[in-house]
Amino acid sequence: MNRIAIKMLVGDVAKYFGILLGITFAALLITQQSSIFTGLMSRTYAFIADTSLPDLWITDPEVKYIDELEPMQSTALDRVRGVPGVEWAVPMYKSILRGRLHNGTFRSVIVVGLDDATLIGGPPKMVEGELADLRRADGVILDVVSAKTRLASWSAYDADGKPVKGATMVPMQVGDSLQINDRRAVVVGLCEVSRTFQSQPVIYTTYSRALSYAPPERKQLSLILAAASPGTDPTELAARVTATTSLRARTSDEMCWDTVMYYVKNTGIVINFGIAVLLGFLVGIAIAGQTFYNFTLDNLRYFGALKAMGGSNLLLLRMVLLQATLAGVIGYGLGVGAASLFGMQVKGSELAFRMTWHIPAISGAAVAIICALSSIVSMIKVIRLEPAVVFRG
Amino acid sequence: MADTQRTAVHARGITKVFGKNQNAVHALRGADLEVPYGELVMLVGPSGCGKTTLISILAGILDRSDGSCEVLGVDPQHLRQGARTRWRGENIGFVFQQFNLIPALTAVENVAVPLLLLGHSRNKAIAAAEAQLDRVGLADKRRQRPTQLSGGQQQRVAIARALVHEPKFVVCDEPTSALDADNGQIVMSLFADIAVQGERALVVVTHDARIFHFADRIVRMDDGAVTDVRQQASDKTPKLHAHS
Ligand SMILES: Nc1ncnc2c1ncn2[C@@H]1O[C@H](COP(=O)(O)OP(=O)(O)OP(=O)(O)O)[C@@H](O)[C@H]1O
Ligand SMILES: [Mg+2]
Repeated sequence: MNRIAIKMLVGDVAKYFGILLGITFAALLITQQSSIFTGLMSRTYAFIADTSLPDLWITDPEVKYIDELEPMQSTALDRVRGVPGVEWAVPMYKSILRGRLHNGTFRSVIVVGLDDATLIGGPPKMVEGELADLRRADGVILDVVSAKTRLASWSAYDADGKPVKGATMVPMQVGDSLQINDRRAVVVGLCEVSRTFQSQPVIYTTYSRALSYAPPERKQLSLILAAASPGTDPTELAARVTATTSLRARTSDEMCWDTVMYYVKNTGIVINFGIAVLLGFLVGIAIAGQTFYNFTLDNLRYFGALKAMGGSNLLLLRMVLLQATLAGVIGYGLGVGAASLFGMQVKGSELAFRMTWHIPAISGAAVAIICALSSIVSMIKVIRLEPAVVFRG
Repeated sequence: MADTQRTAVHARGITKVFGKNQNAVHALRGADLEVPYGELVMLVGPSGCGKTTLISILAGILDRSDGSCEVLGVDPQHLRQGARTRWRGENIGFVFQQFNLIPALTAVENVAVPLLLLGHSRNKAIAAAEAQLDRVGLADKRRQRPTQLSGGQQQRVAIARALVHEPKFVVCDEPTSALDADNGQIVMSLFADIAVQGERALVVVTHDARIFHFADRIVRMDDGAVTDVRQQASDKTPKLHAHS
């Protein structure tokens, strides 16, 4: 009778299509929105993930996440270095400063200053030049995407400073210069960085040069990057550093998580995506459930006939369940497949999209719930059905 | 009292009340019916007199309010639900006014359904269904779907389905009323031909006087009770009486 159940479902093309549409839509929306959400969230900690060398990220105790750093006194570095189990510790400067391009336009830029001696914390991948080129006078390294977009300038300008007609965009290149807080910076290399939540261009330089760009302040040390000596557990070390220095030491994973949670708690992003996912779920139930119920109602006289002819409740339930499962599996496959296609299409574009294995699992569970809810009403209807209806017109 | 050995259906004083109190409908008010093996009994009477209700009770798909009833040696109402469903599946054949063929299935699959419900393998069920379709003269329509068949052909498929599992008791509710006169005759004549056997009892509810001559016995009902039973020499006599 399994085959007959499937034939009954597939035989009603319009309803079958409607049920599939509802489930596919739900699976697609849930998968796609969750993947975009995950993509966006992983951007929030992209800077941390890009910097793989240090085990610990140490900040002022007030700091909540990576994009808002409270500077520390320079003596903090020595205190961290004095904690047993710390293999090495280096300073890092990270702040948004004002850059001025040679055509006169201003841009906010993220300036990252790396320890002069070791250059630890540099970009994950160089496109042009080398990290060591930072040691050249006024040397800075730009992220290549910004060099082509935000930091690019027009090939020709008129007297009013507007680009002339037919002018083309010229990316900023190695050898070009710009001003950061009125001090000269020369591009010595281009690098690739993961996209972050902050959209400003990223400019790498040395720690001491970064301080020379920065406005003079009493505290200027944004971050301390540290490594645990061999055999020391980073989590334990973080606790020890926090306890002995009264700074805030976090492992890389903890720092990533802090950052994600900051955005989760302080922006409407979760609610936004939550609503989209819920909507997908509800619309899925509405379309698939409604259509499935109508399908069952249409077939009620046949179910009644089957009952009269010796079909047990259990058998009929199995048939309904099989029909719902089949629609669920196919709709889920189509939906997740479509979401994956979408993900492949937008790969490398501005759009964040990251499908971890959890996401198909979650939408699978959602589809299972949709199918269960959709079929349960039908099942009740079939169980309650009196076989005597078969003789009623 | 009839000889229970030769009586398939033995119903006494059957009453059926639908609803309660002011809304109560007395569909049956003490109906008696005997159906011997090998006979085709026609149940006739005005609309609303309780014919459908009575055969529903006999076929074990509806509970009576009162009276006694023995069908094929058992009282279906005394069987538990699962056992009763199985009993119906094994012993009862159904023919409906509106055919009730599953539209998504081919003719032969529809005929195979009772056997599949009994748990027969698909191959066995389909083979038996094909043989049964041959008997109703639709060997060439095996792969057609109900919508591709005429009303008369659909009812022949339904008859094949009602007989494929060799039931001992067959109930038909207005089998010809959805058909035109000619098709009604064709279908009924076919039915009388292949369905009536010595080991089987048949009850056909009908309004259609033009098919009365296929009956061995005509039972008249009025207002929930049987008012008249008339034995008649059926047109299809030779085969019938050889058996019974
Ligand atoms: N499920 C039900 N609930 C309430 N009343 C019912 C129900 N089924 C039948 N009845 C009533 O019982 C009476 C007998 O109905 P039944 O269908 O048995 O008559 P019938 O002889 O088959 O009529 P027809 O020739 O029109 O088919 C009618 O008055 C009908 O309205
Ligand atoms: Mg009736």
